[in-house]
Amino acid sequence: MKPPPFAYECPRDVAEAVALLAAHGGDARPLAGGQSLVPLLNFRLARPAVLVDLNRIEALARIRVGDGALRIGAMARQAAVEADADVARGWPILPAAIGHIAHPQIRNRGTVGGSLAHNDPAAELPAVMLALDAEMIAQGPQGQRTIAAREFFAGTMETALRPDELLTEIRVPALPEGTGWGFQEAARRQGDFALVAVAVVLKPDGARVVVTGTGDGPAHMEAAEAVVAERGTDADACEAAGDAAAAASEPADDPHAPAWYRQKLVTALTRRACREAVIRMGR
Amino acid sequence: MTTRLIGEPVERREDARLLTGRARFIDDIRLPGMLHAAVLRSPHAKARFTRIDAAAALALPGVHTVITHEDLGTANTPMPLLNEDPGFIHPRTHQALAPGQVRFVGEAVALVVADSRYLAEDALDLIEVDYAPEAAAVDLVAAAKPGAPLVHDDTDSNVACRTADSNGDIEGAFAAADFVLREELRPERGAAQPMETRGVVARYDESLDQLTIWDTTQAPVSARGVIADKLGLPEAAVTVIAPDVGGGFGVKIFLVYPEELLVPFAARMLGRPVKWIEDRREHFIGSNHERLMVHRIEVAATTDGCILGIRDHFLYDSGAYCPYGPINAQCAQAILPGPYKIPAVHTEYEAVYTNTPVVSPYRGAGQPHGNFVMEAAMNHVARALGLDAAEIRRRNLVRPEDCPWDSGRIFQGNTPLIHRDSDYPAQLAKTLEALDYAGVKRSQPAEREQGIFRGAGIAFFVEGTGISPYEGVEVRVEPTGHVHVTTGYPSQGQGHHTTLAQIVAETLAVPPEQVVVESGRSDRFAWGVGTFASRAAVVGGNAALGAAEAVRARALELASDELEVAPEDLVLADGAVHVKGAPQMAVPLAALAYAADPINTLESGTEPGLRAADYYRSPDGAFASGVHGLIVMVDAATGMVEIEKYVVVHDCGVMINPTIVDGQILGGTAQGIGGAFYEKLRFDEAGQPLVTTFMDYLIPTAMEIPPIEIHHMESRSSLNPLGVKGVGEGGAIPALAAFAGAVEDALEPFGATVRAVPLDPPAILALIEGRCEGRAAS
Ligand SMILES: Cc1cc2nc3c(=O)[nH]c(=O)nc-3n(C[C@H](O)[C@H](O)[C@H](O)COP(=O)(O)OP(=O)(O)OC[C@H]3O[C@@H](n4cnc5c(N)ncnc54)[C@H](O)[C@@H]3O)c2cc1C
Repeated sequence: MKPPPFAYECPRDVAEAVALLAAHGGDARPLAGGQSLVPLLNFRLARPAVLVDLNRIEALARIRVGDGALRIGAMARQAAVEADADVARGWPILPAAIGHIAHPQIRNRGTVGGSLAHNDPAAELPAVMLALDAEMIAQGPQGQRTIAAREFFAGTMETALRPDELLTEIRVPALPEGTGWGFQEAARRQGDFALVAVAVVLKPDGARVVVTGTGDGPAHMEAAEAVVAERGTDADACEAAGDAAAAASEPADDPHAPAWYRQKLVTALTRRACREAVIRMGR
Repeated sequence: MTTRLIGEPVERREDARLLTGRARFIDDIRLPGMLHAAVLRSPHAKARFTRIDAAAALALPGVHTVITHEDLGTANTPMPLLNEDPGFIHPRTHQALAPGQVRFVGEAVALVVADSRYLAEDALDLIEVDYAPEAAAVDLVAAAKPGAPLVHDDTDSNVACRTADSNGDIEGAFAAADFVLREELRPERGAAQPMETRGVVARYDESLDQLTIWDTTQAPVSARGVIADKLGLPEAAVTVIAPDVGGGFGVKIFLVYPEELLVPFAARMLGRPVKWIEDRREHFIGSNHERLMVHRIEVAATTDGCILGIRDHFLYDSGAYCPYGPINAQCAQAILPGPYKIPAVHTEYEAVYTNTPVVSPYRGAGQPHGNFVMEAAMNHVARALGLDAAEIRRRNLVRPEDCPWDSGRIFQGNTPLIHRDSDYPAQLAKTLEALDYAGVKRSQPAEREQGIFRGAGIAFFVEGTGISPYEGVEVRVEPTGHVHVTTGYPSQGQGHHTTLAQIVAETLAVPPEQVVVESGRSDRFAWGVGTFASRAAVVGGNAALGAAEAVRARALELASDELEVAPEDLVLADGAVHVKGAPQMAVPLAALAYAADPINTLESGTEPGLRAADYYRSPDGAFASGVHGLIVMVDAATGMVEIEKYVVVHDCGVMINPTIVDGQILGGTAQGIGGAFYEKLRFDEAGQPLVTTFMDYLIPTAMEIPPIEIHHMESRSSLNPLGVKGVGEGGAIPALAAFAGAVEDALEPFGATVRAVPLDPPAILALIEGRCEGRAAS
């Protein structure tokens, strides 16, 4: 469990980091909190020739609110976002979901950008960012581009980022007054990746229901969203939304759970997250 | 006058070092010029090979050697068979390096030694072996059948051992039965997973011809014997030291693991110190496993719930070799009847080879299995007869007035299971009261109407503890006034140094700070066997008491000469011997120690020093007992379970140190909960392990373990002078059955019956929905 040899670069700013990625083609990998990448190296499942360490780029670690939107630097630690007062006020689903990620020690190192770029198929942050309609800002040799969450998450450990692109910032739009939210997760132990997690955001003008853990990453449950949009936010609507989400999920058997079980979880957790959101909407 | 120390919650003397990072674990040992080893392990469950091509690995700068079976010569002869069994058909033990055939994924094939572990692992990638894979026997039940692929080609069946044992009139019991329960019960495969993995550091000093081995073993004295023998060295040239060891639980006692031989071999060959530290993946595939058994039982009962007899035919997964003997099966069958007065018991086990890692004891050594079977049977018989789970137990318990009551079963170390010195009905009553069992039962109907599924489970245990062989302890009073205590059995965190110091300090009436304890070094004390089976306090503790009492007697004798007062009129207090009622007439132990070494006048044939060694073996062993009770809440939509309350009633006899006893119970119970709901090893059909990380092997953390309420019933053992019964494994033994029972009780409206542990949420949801495909896909 020791990594194969690699070269190590420690750029001081984004431009230098992007230049390093471009110079090494696909052989370089950014290193953020290392909580996913280092285990991959130790298992020799990833063998990058060069690691480009982002930890000295202070500009990437900022969390701020501008123009009503939340702007999270890719290198902001998960724990920092979890503890941020502005985030708690405006986007409370984020700290709630981050509390399910691993343990405090890991959240102290793990970054928001790292989790999104890694896109583990049962990770919390991709699901929540999808439910919040976030935008990802990517910086490459050709400049900057903005990728909507819907386009960003492209399958198990796949994203729309190109090998020479860096995720620099995540922009989360403000939630309108009267928005309700719910986050439900089933995991074997506190801190484990989700067996299934469901994020529900009910805005006055539309619903977002995102399920993760059932396949190749976070998925919009459009049928469930439609049920809530049509039937309003009564308890029956949440029941029906759960059924609709389960019908749209196609999990596979894996050693932790058979497919039928995950489907059951989708039903139960979607209903619960939806009911939570309804209650919060009323406040 | 003498301060009582035995029974006091003395602070653990080990903790300051362990908790402030000053412990010396195996990986903390760094020697000048030290090289690092990595093991090439078989990627196949079964394969032959003829050629190991290490040329590319050897060409890598920084690689010193690649050792294969051909290099080992006589050091590669099969390892010793540790425990005999009357039913052995084909005993087969492992070799340090597989000679041309591998039998499980993880079996050692070669050892690389390089400047760093990084380089050594790079070199592993470069070694080529021409494996020709063969069909493997993986599933226990299939492997036991005729025609299964053979694990050992020179046998005609994978059944390594077939042993039966019977007591009482079993035919009569079944003839008289009103009701017979028949079912199959499965405790699945798991592993101990101590926080510290295994490791070995070896240094060969050529000028002294001395080999020193630091080893995470639970049995340094025994390991020394095997290593010396295999390397063709005198024992006198080999020292094995178990430094601070971060948990053992049985997996670190094995004579010997390949690396315990390979690392010293390499150090001697290269003339450089060599270190090998097992990583977690290696620990999953290269260290021993435990647990899987398949029990087919028949229980004969009367309509009022009296158990008349039990038949248990079971398969025991031995893994690829059986060097430990089928000890887990032996313990499972011996402990089967637990605290119940079952007149007739018939057991028959088959230990079966499979192409999976070797199985050896893990905390409880087969007792969790036997316990799960008996306690699950109790629950199921109760259910069938419409009795309460507590009531059926009460009706069958051995009562104090029956004692001594011989169960007819023989435990490890040839120890008869004879009940005495415990009050099982009182234990049950205490558990029910602490749980508010009646309250849970009362609320159930109303809760169930609201979709709340709460249940209570209880499980008894009787645990064989102070088993043979012996251990020894030497106690010596130094002329400095310090008392030096040495023993062979090492500690893996149990706090032996604290408890030994308590026993010796109280007996000699010295402050415990004056007592220096050393253990686990074969160059200091080379008698006895090791630390396992909850036996240290029984065998080691009583040896310490015996040695300290002998020293006390000698001190009184010497003081009697010195003070010219009869020994009966003398007492020990405050580190001195003084005249009863006249404390000013005293002579310090230090002065007596000095006097005991009359260098110019010692008579030939007498021994110098104020010291004694004692060796203790308990022919009737010792048995601890108790009950686990818990209340669970099952989420009927997700199959998730929350433990709302957990109660342990525990009788380990005299507690030398109640804090340490509590620690053992808490840790054991946590491991038991792991085995009940979280931890399971899986293999695919070809024998590839599917669980090799802590992402997949779900050890419960502090977040999953509920507060555990412990009630002690301290009834002295009549079997040994200290009155102790041993502690360590008890926590782990009944947790499986108690948890399963609680879930069954919560899900009683669904008619749920639990026949395999660990449970998991899909299995629980399947019980609710009456599905048969409850288990995960593989
Ligand atoms: C024991 C344990 C438990 C865990 N449990 C959970 C859990 O329950 N839920 C969960 O979601 N996660 C969990 N994680 C993962 C954790 O959240 C990681 O922190 C996260 O997945 C990756 O973040 P990181 O900053 O550590 O990234 P790294 O590990 O450094 O990088 C991850 C990947 O993203 C790439 N990358 C990182 N930053 C950028 C960037 N700015 N631009 C482009 N590419 C980038 C890297 O090259 C790498 O491929 C767990 C981790 C551990 C060790």
